[in-house]
Amino acid sequence: MKLFEYRGKELFKKYGIMVPNGRLVESEKDFFDLGFPLVLKAQVPVGGRGKAGGIKKADNLKDAKVKLGQIMGMNLRGYKVRKVLAEKMIDIKKELYLSVSLDRSKRMPLIMASAEGGMDIESVSDEKIFKEWVNPLIGLQSFNIRYIISKLGLGKEEGKEVSEVLTQIYKLFREYDCELVEINPLVFTSDGNVVALDSKIIINDDALFRHPDIIPEHVELTPLEKDAKEKGISFIQLDGNIGVIANGAGLTMATLDALTHFKGKGGVFLDLGGTDDPEKVKQAFELMKKAKPKVIFLNLFGGITKCDTVAKGVKAVISKEGIDCPVITRIKGMNEDKAKEILKDAGLVTATTLQDAAQRSSDLAGGGK
Amino acid sequence: MSIFVDEKNKVLVQGATGHQGVFHIGEMLNFGTKVVAGVTPGKGGQDVHGVPVFDSVREAVDETGADTSLVLVPARFAKDAVFEALDAGVKTVVVITENIPFHDAMEFVHYAKYKGALLIGPNCPGIASPGKTKIGILPGNIFKVGNVGVASRSGTLTYEIVNSLSEKGIGQSTCVGLGGDPIIGTTFIEALDAFEKDKDTKAVVLVGEIGGTAEEDAAEYIKEYISKPVFAFIAGRTAPPGKRMGHAGAIIARGKGTAESKIKAFEKADVKLARFPTDIADLIEKYV
Repeated sequence: MKLFEYRGKELFKKYGIMVPNGRLVESEKDFFDLGFPLVLKAQVPVGGRGKAGGIKKADNLKDAKVKLGQIMGMNLRGYKVRKVLAEKMIDIKKELYLSVSLDRSKRMPLIMASAEGGMDIESVSDEKIFKEWVNPLIGLQSFNIRYIISKLGLGKEEGKEVSEVLTQIYKLFREYDCELVEINPLVFTSDGNVVALDSKIIINDDALFRHPDIIPEHVELTPLEKDAKEKGISFIQLDGNIGVIANGAGLTMATLDALTHFKGKGGVFLDLGGTDDPEKVKQAFELMKKAKPKVIFLNLFGGITKCDTVAKGVKAVISKEGIDCPVITRIKGMNEDKAKEILKDAGLVTATTLQDAAQRSSDLAGGGK
Repeated sequence: MSIFVDEKNKVLVQGATGHQGVFHIGEMLNFGTKVVAGVTPGKGGQDVHGVPVFDSVREAVDETGADTSLVLVPARFAKDAVFEALDAGVKTVVVITENIPFHDAMEFVHYAKYKGALLIGPNCPGIASPGKTKIGILPGNIFKVGNVGVASRSGTLTYEIVNSLSEKGIGQSTCVGLGGDPIIGTTFIEALDAFEKDKDTKAVVLVGEIGGTAEEDAAEYIKEYISKPVFAFIAGRTAPPGKRMGHAGAIIARGKGTAESKIKAFEKADVKLARFPTDIADLIEKYV
C-alpha cells in the first residue's frame, strides 16, 4: 500500500527525521501560521506531480487561495486530488537521494544513495548511485553506513546527520514492513538542518495486520477493485473490454496475453485462485458483471480444483441471475468433460483450445474497440 | 535421477490437521511420497491417514527421522514454523503458504542459507519428481516420468504446461514451483544449476512472469553455465505497469520487470520462447 506523502512524513517525524513545517489544507483559515512563501502539493499516489501541475508555490495568502483552488479537485494522472499539503518553503543548500528497498534478486534490504537528489532516480546514471546491501539476520551495521556516507562527498557534520537519517529510515523500513522508504530529496538547508522534502513509502499489504496504526486506504485502487479486495478476490481493471476469469495468477495473465495475439484486449483480470466454493464463484461473476465487459472469457485448468465443481458454480449464477454478454469458456484438466456438459447446458460457448477461445472472444469483442 | 527431492525424502507436514493438511497428506500418500509425520501444536497424539501427528517439529524429527518439511500453516504463523523446522535440522523446507509478509520471508530465506538448507517458496505449489515423490499441492495426475525439468513462478500455468507435455508423451524429471512472491528461497538459477548437473534431465522449461529480474538473471546464467536446451514462457506481456497481477511478485515497478525485457534477455541467451503456454510441448518436440 502506497502512503500519501503527508502520511509518510508523519512516520518520518515519529522516527525523528525532520520534515518541513506543514499541514493538510482545505481553506484559507488553514494557512494562518505557516508563513510565506509556501508550497502546495497535491496528495496522489503517483509520481511526476510537479510536471503535471500538482505542486505550486504561493507567495501570499491570496495567491495560496487561488492555487489551492487550482490543485484541489484536479485530475492528476487518473487520480482526483482530494488532499493538498501546504508546507513552508525551504531554502535548499544541497540535495541528496536516500532510499531503502527490497532487492528481490539478493533477497536483502538495499540502501541506495546519491548526491544527485531531487531528480527522478531512474534518470540518474548508475555510477552516481551508491548501493549497499544489509543482511537481514545481522541488521544495519556501522560499516554499511560508513560505506554509503564515504561515497556522498559530505563534510564531517553533514555525514553524521545523514548517518542518523539512514539509521532511522532503515529502522522504519524494517519495523513497518516496508517495500520502499524513499527520501527524494533529502536537503541541507542554509541554516544547517537536514530535512526530508518528500516521502515515498510503500508498506507490504500482507503485513498490514501487524500495523494497526496504518489505516488501509488503498488509494490506488478503483471502487470495484476495493470491493474485490474486501471480498478477498484478485480483481484488476484494465483498458480493454474482455473480462477474463481464470484460476491462478499466471494462467490469468497468460490468458490476457493470448487475447492480444488475436487483437483483443482484456478489461478485467480476475483470478479465481484455487477455489471451487460456489459462493466465491458467484461473487466473482457478480463483480465481473459490474465491470460491464463486452465478452467474458472463462479459462480454467482443473488440477486439485475440479473443473466440474467450478462449472456448477458458474451455471448456478448464470441460471439464477442471468448474464447479458456472451461467455466463452475453455476448460482443461480434471473432469473437463463433465464441466463442458454443464456449461453447454447453461448456454455457454465451449471452445476447444486456448487459441480458439481467445480468437472467438476477441472477435466478439470487436478487436478491443 | 531428479533434482532437489526424490523417493528418499522423509516428509513432515506443518499444519497437518487443517482442511488442506488432511487433504494433501492423502494426495501425497497416493502419489507415493514418504509422509512420516504431521505437526500441529496442541494436536500431538492424533493421526491423519495413519500418519502420526506431533506437537513440535523437534519431536517429529526425533521420532520419525523426517528430513523435509511441507509448510501449510497460515501466513502469520509461517515465519515461526519455518524457523522451527530449520532449527530442528530439517534440510528441505517447502513453503506453500501465500501472503507471508515479505520481511518474514527475507528472514527465513537467509536463515535457511545459514543452516545450509534448501528452501522452496513461499507462495508456491511445491515440487514433484514423477515416479518418486511429490511434496506440495500439485495435482498428482498430470505428471509423467521423463527427462524434461520444469521450474516455474506460477502454479496453475505450470499444471497446464506439464499436462500438455505429458499428453504429448514428454515426461518430466522434476517440476519445481518456485513461488509467486518477490522474495523466494530458490530461484531459476539454483534450479538451472541442478538441472544442468542432473544426468536424467535433457531439457529445461522455465515459466516466468513479469516482476523483478529473475528471468534476466537466469538468462545471464544460461549464457555462462547451461549447455542443455532451455525453453520458456513468460506471462504478463500485456500487463500494465504498477499493477500487481495476482501474485505479490508480479508487478512492473519503476520500469523494471517488464515481459519485454525478460523476452529480450532470453532471446539473447538462445532460449526458445513459446507464444502460448501449450506451445512449449511443440517446441520441445521440434528441438529435442
